[in-house]
Parts: sequence; C-alpha cells; structure tokens
Amino acid sequence: MRTDNYQHPDHYLLDELLTEEHKLVRDAVRSWVKKELSPIIEDYAQRAEFPKHILKGLGSIGAFGPSLPVEYGCGGMDQISYGIIMQELERCDSGIRSTASVQGSLVMYPIYKYGSEEQRRKYLPKLASGELMGCFGLTEPDFGSNPGGMVTNFKDMGDHYLLNGAKMWISNAPFADIAVVWAKNEAGKIHGLIVERGMPGFSTPETHGKWSLRASATGELVFDNVKVPKENLLPNVSGLKGPMGCLDSARYGIAWGALGAAMDCYDSAKNYSIERIQFDKPIGGFQLTQKKLAEMLTEITKAQLLTWRLGVLKNEDRASTAQISMAKRNNVEIALQIAREARQIHGGMGITGEYPIMRHMMNLESVVTYEGTHDIHLLITGMDITGISAFR
Amino acid sequence: MKILVCISNVPDTTTKITFTPDNKAFNKAGVQFIINPYDELALTKALELNEAAGGGTVTVIHVGAADTEANLRKALAVGADDAVRIDAEPTDAFFVANEIAAYAKDKGFDIIFTGRESIDYNGGQVGGMIAELLDLPMVNVINSISLQGNAATIERDIDGGREVVSVDTPFVVSAQKELTEPRIPNMRGIMMARSKPLQVIAPAAAEKRTEISQYQAPQSKAGCKFIDAAEAETLIQLLHNEAKVI
Repeated sequence: MRTDNYQHPDHYLLDELLTEEHKLVRDAVRSWVKKELSPIIEDYAQRAEFPKHILKGLGSIGAFGPSLPVEYGCGGMDQISYGIIMQELERCDSGIRSTASVQGSLVMYPIYKYGSEEQRRKYLPKLASGELMGCFGLTEPDFGSNPGGMVTNFKDMGDHYLLNGAKMWISNAPFADIAVVWAKNEAGKIHGLIVERGMPGFSTPETHGKWSLRASATGELVFDNVKVPKENLLPNVSGLKGPMGCLDSARYGIAWGALGAAMDCYDSAKNYSIERIQFDKPIGGFQLTQKKLAEMLTEITKAQLLTWRLGVLKNEDRASTAQISMAKRNNVEIALQIAREARQIHGGMGITGEYPIMRHMMNLESVVTYEGTHDIHLLITGMDITGISAFR
Repeated sequence: MKILVCISNVPDTTTKITFTPDNKAFNKAGVQFIINPYDELALTKALELNEAAGGGTVTVIHVGAADTEANLRKALAVGADDAVRIDAEPTDAFFVANEIAAYAKDKGFDIIFTGRESIDYNGGQVGGMIAELLDLPMVNVINSISLQGNAATIERDIDGGREVVSVDTPFVVSAQKELTEPRIPNMRGIMMARSKPLQVIAPAAAEKRTEISQYQAPQSKAGCKFIDAAEAETLIQLLHNEAKVI
C-alpha cells in the first residue's frame, strides 16, 4: 500500500470551530494511525484477520472510552474529542473504529452508566488500557431492528442467574474477554449482564466469509445454561432504554467515523486526479472528474458542519436520539456515495488494495446496516416529525 | 535529572514553501507549524532518561510569539512537566541562544537538550551557542545517551565509525534521528497538559547578529523520463544530448 499522506479537507475553515486541544487529539491519533495502522491494514483486510496486536496501542493512545472519567483510567475528554478519535480511526478502517466503538460506547459506557461502583472499578480501568476487551450482545438471529422481541433470557436460581439464548453479528466476539449481554428476566424485562469468557456454557463462534469489515472480528455469542453470578447484573437500568442509551453513544461515534472514511476516499481521489494523466493532462482537469470532486467536497463540508454541531449538542447533553440518527444516516450515506465516485476516479486502480477505496466501500456496507439500519434511522426521523411510529 | 529541552516551531514537512512578493520573508499564511522533529526526539529522550532514573523534571523552552503555544501544549501532553515561552520573535540563532542561556543560567539544569538542527533553516547553531554562553561542555549530534549518576556515556557517529564520549553533568547535547522514536501524546497526557504550567516571560536584552536579505526558491526539478530497457540507445543519446552528463 502507498505511503499514507492523508490530509483532511477543510473547505469552510471548520478547524476554527475546534479548540487547540481538539486539534492536538486529532494530530495524535492521526500520527498513531499513520505509524501503526496504515502500513498493515490492507494486508489484514485482505487476509480477513483482525490485527490483534494493535489493541494495546489503541489502549495506550486512549481510544477506549476517552470521554469517561479519569478516575476509572479513562480520558475524561469531551464528546467532540471522542468523535474526532472515531473519525481518525475510521479514516483508516471502519473495522478498527468498530472495535473502539464497541469497547468504549457499548461495553465501557453501560458499565459506567448502569453498573455498580464495584463493577466500574473492576472492569473500566482494564477495558480502558485494552488489557480486557469487551463485546455487546443485543442483536439476535430473529431480532435485529426489533430488539425488544429478543428471546435470550435469564432465570433467577437463587444464588446465580441461568442464561440461555444466542446473539449474532457481534463485533469483537471471537476475542472478547467479557460480553455485556442484554436478556429478558422471567417477567420479560430486559436487563444487562456481564458474561465472562470461560464461564461454562458460553461460546463465541466466529462469523466467516464476510466481504465487509474484514479486518474486524465478528462472531456469535451462544449461552447454554450459563451460570452468571448475581453481582454481574447491571443494577441501574431495566428495559430497552438500557441498550438504546448505549446505541446513541455508539451511533454518535459512527457519524464522525463514517465522515472519516468519506474524507479518506475524497483525499485519495483528489490526489489521484492530479497524478493520473490521460489525453496529455491530469484527469482532474476534465469536467466530469471535477464534478465528482466538487460534489464530494460539498457533501463532506455539509456533513462536517452537521457533525460538529451534533458534537456541541452532545457536549451540552442536548443531542436527541433523532438528531443522532439523522447524522449517522446522512454521513454513512454520503460516505458510500463518495466511495463509489472515488472508485470511478481511480479507474482500475480503485479496485486494488493499492488504494483504500474498495475496502472503505465494502466496510461501509456494514456500517449502513449496523447500529440501526439506514431505513430505520429514516423512520426515527419520521417519527420525530410526526410523533407516529412507522416501524412498530 | 533536571532537564531543559529547547523546542523550535517549524513548518509541517508537507508544507509548500512560498515567500512574500519581495522575497524577504517566508509566507506563513495557511502553514501548519509543528515541533521540530529533532526536538521531539530530544524531548522523548529526556523523558526516557528520567523514567529510567525513576524521577526528575523536564522543562521545555521556546522562543516565539503566542501563536506557538499549541506546540508547547503538545510537548506538555507528551510528558514535559512545565513549559516556558520567551515572548519574542526568534530572529536568529544568536538571539535565541542568548534568550535560552539567560533563562537557564541560574536554574541548575543538569542537561540541556536541543535538536541537531531545525528542519526549516537548518542552522544547527543554537545548542553550541548555549553551551558557550553558559560555559558548558557540549556533545553534538548524538545517537545514544545513558546515565550513571552524574556521568553520561554518549555515542555519536563520526566518519567511518562511532565515537563514545564520557561527560559529567551539566552539559548540552543535540539529538539526531537514531536517538529514539518520537512519542505520540495519549488522551490522558492531553488532558493533564491542561493543568501543567506554561510560563510566559519577557525576553532578555539580546541582539541579533544576522539578517536574511533575500530568499530564493529552488528551481523546479525537471520531470523524469522513463526509457524502456530495450531502448538503451535512446537512453545513451538522451544522456549525451539532453542531460549532457556523458
């Protein structure tokens, strides 16, 4: 793969909306990505293998739970910093961002938000450093967009809970040390449980044959009469709002991340259009190439503004689920469009691993579906407008 | 060890260098400034020395205007304990060395680090001048350094080999590429940098002794021509007639 000379576009001088600290965060993560990730990512994606050796580096740079409090070994940063970290990671690869999103927003966040003080102290510092890795079990084979219908359940056996069921499409599952699992109790109420690798009856078979997120490990979680200690129940939430609160946080990170993938495709296409000579001039000198680049930059600039504003709202704790949905949906959609246009500008080279375009494009096919599908996010906006749910 | 690391602000290595219309000044518009990469190595090595010794302090110092503070904040995020900015334009090496020496002279630093040169003007003079002004020994362009109490063992490249130098603190050294790997700040470091002291002090009286009268951009390089391996004759002709090198 070529040397990574990525520079983000900033057509509207939006860097001026960021603090010096935000820019330092971006600079730090970008430097780390260029040094540790860019040189290896294509190879791992081609081989459909997760580069497990980077977990320690992700932990030490502070990519796991950066906005949770310092007292639990986390970064104590604001939401824009969190977004920027996700953007810089996904600029390289959605699969690596997924690993960080899951760890930070779907494992550490619920333990922090819904867990007991003992659970926080036991798990968060090790999750922040990458010593422990986690995954999040919500989706089931028959319950994706409709998680409330889940069948995974647990029974109170007096001194422990007995967990049965299965979860599917779980990022990090094959190597995770712990899983935050959402399951129904005997009364049909959803609760979160921390399940640890090694508990008898708990297995995590890997999902093979993916054409997307190939550098990320995906698997199932299977619970066959797993005895879960009672202290592993997250005590401070019940009902669907538990997992949905986590998803708001993760989707917010995805909105930033997908924009990163879009900017990487644009940056590569822009550079290629200047280097590639046809009919004795750079292809960037032809109108149809300029149309593609101009439209890409327009969409990126709009998405940058949308995302930054969402970050400000999130910092003020005012970002609604519907606002997050709109940003996630918009940014993934424009990233997919930009990846396809960038692929065309790269011509035949665009389908090779020499350039990141095809990998981004395939990754984004997962991102457009997971964490609320493209259509469901549209209906969330529709429900926000009308007050009427079109999916229930 | 009490260590002082001199930090210089330089244009990012990807910057397209242009000058003002009268060619008398570097055009800073839109240029991103970074910590001079050799100074980053010096900072990292200073931190490593103190970590290995289990204690000490690292102060970073910079001569420059307020718009350079982001890079001092970065040095703090990387791990420096405190930062000093001497509020003056760094006009030439003599001026900068005088400012740093004036600050350092009564502070009792064991080691003063600089980079071997800044990657913009490539003067490589400040370290030597600081040593002279403070009457300290200096070892220039070092590859490695280790400490045993106050005694340092330093390795540096010389023509066709390597030199091992012993020197006792206090001394001045300049860092080069092999010394270490630059450290990337992590999120916790960035957070902690918020509350670390960054002191701004007025410049001491010092003169500048040189003046840049004009800049000239290098001539743009001619494009490469690729000649097929089967056409060696064409290559020889071009080398004869066009490049005129044989």
